[in-house]
Amino acid sequence: MRIIIVGCGKVGETLAAELSQEGDDITVIDRKEDKVERLCNAYDIMGCTGNGAGYSTQLEAGIKEADLLIAVTGSDELNLLCCLLARKAGNCQTIARVRTPEYSSELRYLKEELGLAMVLNQELATAMELARVLKFPSAIDIDTFAKGRVDLLRFRIPADSPLDQMTLNEMHSRLKSNVLVCTLEHGGEILIPTGDSRMEAGDVISIVAASREETPFFRKIGLQTNQVKNVLIVGGGQISYYLARLLCPAGIRVKIIERQMKRCEELCELLPKATIIHGDGTNRQLLEEEGIEQTEGFVALTDIDEENVILSLYAKKCGCRKVITKVNRLSFDEVIDSLDLDTRVCPRDITAESILQYVRSVKNSIGSNVETLHRISDNQAEALEFVIRDNFRMTEVSLQDLPLKPGILIASINRGGQIILPRGKDVIREGDTVIVITTRKGLNDINDILQIK
Amino acid sequence: MNYRMMIYMLGWVLNFEAVFMVPSLAVGLLYRETESAALLLAILLCAFLGGLAVCRKPPRQKFYAREGFITVALAWFVLSIFGAFPFRISGCIPSMIDAVFETASGFTTTGASILSDVEALPRCMLFWRSFTHWIGGMGILVFVIAILPLAGGSNMYLMKAESPGPSVKKLVPKVKRTAIMLYMLYVALTLVELVLLLAGRMPLLDALTITFGTAGTGGFGIKNDSMASYSTYLQMVVTVFMILFGVNFNVYYLIYKKRFREILKNSEVFVYLAIIAVSIGLISINISGMYASAGTAVKDAAFQVGSIITTTGYSSADFDLWPAFSKSILVLLMFIGSCAGSTGGGIKVSRVMIMFKTVIKELDYIIHPNNVKKITMDGKQVEHTVLRSINVFVMAYLMVFVASVLLISLDNFDLTTNFTAVAATLNNIGPGLGGVGPMANFGSYSGFSKIVMTFDMIAGRLELFPVLILFSWRTWKK
Repeated sequence: MRIIIVGCGKVGETLAAELSQEGDDITVIDRKEDKVERLCNAYDIMGCTGNGAGYSTQLEAGIKEADLLIAVTGSDELNLLCCLLARKAGNCQTIARVRTPEYSSELRYLKEELGLAMVLNQELATAMELARVLKFPSAIDIDTFAKGRVDLLRFRIPADSPLDQMTLNEMHSRLKSNVLVCTLEHGGEILIPTGDSRMEAGDVISIVAASREETPFFRKIGLQTNQVKNVLIVGGGQISYYLARLLCPAGIRVKIIERQMKRCEELCELLPKATIIHGDGTNRQLLEEEGIEQTEGFVALTDIDEENVILSLYAKKCGCRKVITKVNRLSFDEVIDSLDLDTRVCPRDITAESILQYVRSVKNSIGSNVETLHRISDNQAEALEFVIRDNFRMTEVSLQDLPLKPGILIASINRGGQIILPRGKDVIREGDTVIVITTRKGLNDINDILQIK
Repeated sequence: MNYRMMIYMLGWVLNFEAVFMVPSLAVGLLYRETESAALLLAILLCAFLGGLAVCRKPPRQKFYAREGFITVALAWFVLSIFGAFPFRISGCIPSMIDAVFETASGFTTTGASILSDVEALPRCMLFWRSFTHWIGGMGILVFVIAILPLAGGSNMYLMKAESPGPSVKKLVPKVKRTAIMLYMLYVALTLVELVLLLAGRMPLLDALTITFGTAGTGGFGIKNDSMASYSTYLQMVVTVFMILFGVNFNVYYLIYKKRFREILKNSEVFVYLAIIAVSIGLISINISGMYASAGTAVKDAAFQVGSIITTTGYSSADFDLWPAFSKSILVLLMFIGSCAGSTGGGIKVSRVMIMFKTVIKELDYIIHPNNVKKITMDGKQVEHTVLRSINVFVMAYLMVFVASVLLISLDNFDLTTNFTAVAATLNNIGPGLGGVGPMANFGSYSGFSKIVMTFDMIAGRLELFPVLILFSWRTWKK
């Protein structure tokens, strides 16, 4: 696909890197020559310097032949103008990032009236992700498939868990839980486990389970699942606002610490249910006064990554059950991951991920039949959702006889709204939706999972 | 530095070189020439060494500007040395230094020869000599990129190091597709010329070798008098195509895409054509006394101007006998060279244009000290980094030039010969004036001078920096 990306910021770069690797023709536009130059050297893409909302710049970038324009500059107005112009100048779909709350409350109107294919609010998307994690604190990550019917839960095995030194086969017989282990991360390496794979304390595993099975399973392996009762947020930015708005109705008490008085007053008006504290969130005494030791959920959302990391480590030490760290720059993610932080979120990745999902679904409608694609475990593995059409060669063959390539696992089958956690005797039928977990990249078709004879 | 990846790339270069020798081998077998054995041997050698280097893919494929530049420079030296084996093994050129000079001259599309009697060479060797021009014209690594499935954007560094011009632009977002596109345009233009030459009743082997020489802006002929003995029609076809191959290939891409309005923005091409027109006019008037009719004077002037500015180096007349003014114009054209992004050499018209604008800007600063002015090209502002790299390029160019003239002066030829010999090799032209004029050759220079000029040819083809980086101790310092 020919894609134009306006804005070479964090999101623009992630998109360019991912999409160019997937084989799309990428042209980036930015006002700053050096940014364009750097991206062009790092990835196999073309660059164009100028105002992305300028007609001549868009022409130069090849808007006439483009299939999609993604506007992710820092300014909402510019993004919208880029898309508006691109609709008129070329015949392409457009995606705009819009983050100002005034606009984002009118997203649907904007989308319809301006003919945008997708409007994305980065802060809201991040807040939704955070809210999901806070409501389900034991899991490290949650990915949703099949329109919310299947959750992929990813967590670290606690030290004294019965799962320690247990193989998957033993787990099924001893715990008698209907869960499916999809990936097993051991010492930085990720693998798709077989029945003989042995789990150890400290490994990260991801599981698929029917929702009524989840809680008993976690109780058996010694993980707490109950939702947090109160949350302390440091930093009163847009994400905090959206997060508070999502948490308050669920009965979670929200406390926000913000440095600027003016912003505190704004938040106070916008969030009547939340407690707004004016002060420096990095002040230890203030945190203690506000009862960090009694806080169950802690979210570090300041603009400075280092502060967030330190605050989270401190909160962890004070015994907060669920600690979330926002990290903007991800150059040293291995270092951050080696620290004992529960969840780190990167707004850039969340935005890029949503856009990538959309781009893929557009591409899929042309060639392959991947419905949704999730990257899990630092992009080392993928979870793909396929709809089985008549071209699948192995329908009505029980899974244990299916000649799967190594590194592939069928995680669930959705048959007419009913979720089946597949066992060896189950079969795939036409019309099913299956979720495939794989460490192989670049699967485009359901037939790609099969060993070709 | 990623040595494994560099060796892997060089291995592919050798493999491709083996493949490139196959057509020459076919020519040799067709004419039942005994020298084919030498080609076969060279093919096996290249394929064996190349095969060894590529049998295992390196685990880490990422490489950066430094590796890219060094790989390209090394590739060209490797190409020249291994390409020389057929000449050396067959005994056509007994000295290895001479054989490497001849091959480097071929790949760098210089066309400077050490052979005094070209016609004595077997046809398979003549074919190989000219075919090196065609490969070298667009670039061997561009070819490798077009064929090999290499991952990542780091290929761009290879392309940047090999493609001429102050700022290398891709035609399409993918490096691979850009490389394929360039070669397709190149092949298409080559075929058109071949057909036109055959239509003028040129024998097939002549037509092929002359076309290769024109396409790569090389200049190896297969006759001792270069192009002088061919008909006027053939000379005119070659003139036109020499000038066409000196044009930025982006222009042909835009024509292919029917984006004509963007061509008008490319001021370099128009300046290039203007320089050619003015030079032809001035030389025609200057030499008209030597010719019976004005028509032949213009024809010869056009051929020589086209040949020198595109750095091809064919000749249809012995311009060493022309008046001093005409010779001076030709020497000037040697330095200007063709357009960026073409197959030609020299400093390049776009660099000359930007330097000229820099001088004007500096003059304005002196007249109006608080003047704020930016240099623009094709309606776009020229970035400071580009300006800096052009200034440094010209400085480095002069340094290499002066040093080379100094070194080859040890052979005690006259200044005109030495000066134009370096100008002709560093700018990838071929013939110079005096002792290295169009009807003479480089054979009389000593082995040392030939090594210096071989270096100049490769440095000139790669626009200095890759070769300077390769030989700089700072690169290799741990």
